[in-house]
Amino acid sequence: MPTYVRTDKCDGCKGQEKTACMYICPHDLMLLDLDGSKTGHPMKAYNQEPEQCWECYSCVKICPQNAIEVRHYADVVPLGAQVQPLRGTDAIMWTIKFRNGNVKRFKFPIRTTAEGSIDPYRGKPTADMAEIERHDLLFTRQTHKADPSQFLE
Amino acid sequence: MSESHGLDDPEIVEEELDILIIGGGMAACGAAFEITRWAEGTGLRIKLVDKAALSRSGAVAMGLSAINTYVGENDPADYVRYVRNDLMGIVREDLVYDVGRHVDDSVHNFEEWGLPIWKQPGDEGKPLRDGGKPVRSGHWQIMINGESYKWIVAEAAKKSLGQDRIQERVFIVRLVTDKNDPTRVAGAAGFSVREHKVYIYRFKCCLLVCGGAVNVFRPRSVGEGTGRAWYPVWNAGSTYAMAAECGAELTMMENRFVPARFKDGYGPVGAWFLLFKAKVANGMGEDYNAIHGAELKDTKRFGKYGQGVPGTCLRNHLMLNEMKEGRGPIIMDTATAMKTFAEKMTPKEVKHLEAEAWEDFLDMTISQCGIWAGENIEPDKTPSEIMPTEPYLLGSHAGCAGIWVSGPTDLPGTPKEWNWGYNRMSTVKGLFSAGDGVGASGHKFSSGSFTEGRIAAKAMVKFAIDNKGWKPEMERTRDELVAEIYRPVKTFVQYKDYTTAIDINPHYITPKMLQFRLQKIMDEYVAGVATFYQTNAKMLEMAEKKLVMLREDSLKMRAKDLHELLRAWENYHRILTAEAHMRHIQFRQETRYPGYYYRTDHNYIDDENWKCFVNSRYDRNTGSWELKKVAHKHLIKD
Repeated sequence: MPTYVRTDKCDGCKGQEKTACMYICPHDLMLLDLDGSKTGHPMKAYNQEPEQCWECYSCVKICPQNAIEVRHYADVVPLGAQVQPLRGTDAIMWTIKFRNGNVKRFKFPIRTTAEGSIDPYRGKPTADMAEIERHDLLFTRQTHKADPSQFLE
Repeated sequence: MSESHGLDDPEIVEEELDILIIGGGMAACGAAFEITRWAEGTGLRIKLVDKAALSRSGAVAMGLSAINTYVGENDPADYVRYVRNDLMGIVREDLVYDVGRHVDDSVHNFEEWGLPIWKQPGDEGKPLRDGGKPVRSGHWQIMINGESYKWIVAEAAKKSLGQDRIQERVFIVRLVTDKNDPTRVAGAAGFSVREHKVYIYRFKCCLLVCGGAVNVFRPRSVGEGTGRAWYPVWNAGSTYAMAAECGAELTMMENRFVPARFKDGYGPVGAWFLLFKAKVANGMGEDYNAIHGAELKDTKRFGKYGQGVPGTCLRNHLMLNEMKEGRGPIIMDTATAMKTFAEKMTPKEVKHLEAEAWEDFLDMTISQCGIWAGENIEPDKTPSEIMPTEPYLLGSHAGCAGIWVSGPTDLPGTPKEWNWGYNRMSTVKGLFSAGDGVGASGHKFSSGSFTEGRIAAKAMVKFAIDNKGWKPEMERTRDELVAEIYRPVKTFVQYKDYTTAIDINPHYITPKMLQFRLQKIMDEYVAGVATFYQTNAKMLEMAEKKLVMLREDSLKMRAKDLHELLRAWENYHRILTAEAHMRHIQFRQETRYPGYYYRTDHNYIDDENWKCFVNSRYDRNTGSWELKKVAHKHLIKD
């Protein structure tokens, strides 16, 4: 299900530092059509290589306008269904529309801390250079307990 | 875009560092976390380059619904036993053990950073580090709410290393050896996929962690669905190809992973098997595992490996037999499993269970939900089809292809040939790897890859300090590298006006067509889905000739823009990786992994002659491969 961009919603991330979908796509698929020469829609983004889309939804989730949706792979999936998320700061909400009109909604937590709040070394020891050649320790010194009798020699 | 630099006239950016991390996935993020602490006060110059954006790059970009390696109540030695059983006896037990003893701390950090980890009733809110009991979906797996898994880990990596030491959207495509020592790496070169810039880095050592290899084989879906690979489609074999071209020894490149997954979407089956206890049946509704499972006891064909818990490949073998004998399709009875599970539950609990089942897909394979929604399948009401995928090459999931590396020195019984210096360093001095890059040690998964990145990072700091006075001098000039990297662009500019149709031109081949050609060769001759994963010496001989010509033709790839230049280099890396895979299968005259591939001319496991590693070395100057057997040894008791 490659992504598609809705012309009525995409604003090309005008006024922002980066075009969000283009910034985030892991496979370099989303492209801003600055002058409309590629799509006929200037200042809107599009998926330049839909058959390489992994459907990871990274662009869908990050789009500030909710302008990106997914039409499931045409060579595989019958038409009419849609899976659409709304990702917030601590949870994501999913709406699944079936071909037959059934709808399911789910909400799942995504993180327990505030975005940007991670302090990776809080409460951690500094590295002790005397231990740099010891393979049984990383700097956090939290090696799993182990039974040495499990070795053959 | 840099105004003064056009498509065929890139700006050149050169930088001298001590340590370069190439890649942005879990292993790279683990390295960023560990390395900054050890490098404090050393003045070492460190940089991380990622061809994508760190928050959503690598195999965990979409998220995950489980962490597959959490040792917890087990001993690291149990973890070794599990990995070697699943990989048919041949793993570097030193490397596996090393991951096992360090991995839990990484998982505890993920939880501290904000990753929600499911707990057993009564332990909600109690961190793993404080003894909180996780919900295990299997002996080694724990369930998570993992939509933002990579986002969280990347935030920690960025905070650790610092944003100014991270360069996104630069694709490193080539390592360069040292001018005075051909067995040592001295630099790396690549290009920006956003601006007309070539990047050349010189360094004392680097961590090569660019994932496994996807789309090497023709996928089962070839239209829009080409992108719906089980493993991330942007994993182009860059790790293996760049290491090989730099002269590093590869190991177990004959290994591959063929996951049996929900058909077309490739949604995970693990939780359905392990957590929901779902059963599979053939098209006639028969429990084929019960009927034919005893066939694995045939020691002439499967050695001792079918006696205990069969490895993943052997379970695939039974499934493939049903399909080959015309007894498909293979169906997982998700509906009965859910019903049985729900019998003793309140309606509220049933609703929760249904949500958990959907989350398994929404967290990591959203397409599967799309397919179910499109086909009106609700897994609690309708069973679903299962199918083995096209083959993948990887070293971190349930496979063990990769680079031959030096291991830890403190584990009893380790042969001296397994350590030649720094932990996770390849046979090329200064070239380190982790995650999908390190061979003969699978089942690390996301947490183990992060951990192995940490292990390598610590060793790299030591390497850089020990080589403080050493100055890298690259064996190739700046102009040579720029000409090589931008060759597809030059080719396009030179010949584009020869014909009226931009894609059809006798002077060049598009990266897309080159990829199709590679996939056709691999699928039809090197045990892809077209032959039910079967090959033999004659078929491999045909493949060899075709692959050599394909490698020659890769010099004629065109790139009409930077996006196509990215694809051109990815596909070049895929060719080298494919060739390594083919030559290893050719060399190993047995069928070590029935269910993943079959050498029909040696269709049995032969422990007497082949209970060994197979290592290879590629010579970039002559284009030739050398393969050899390397002795295997067990370190852990049965």
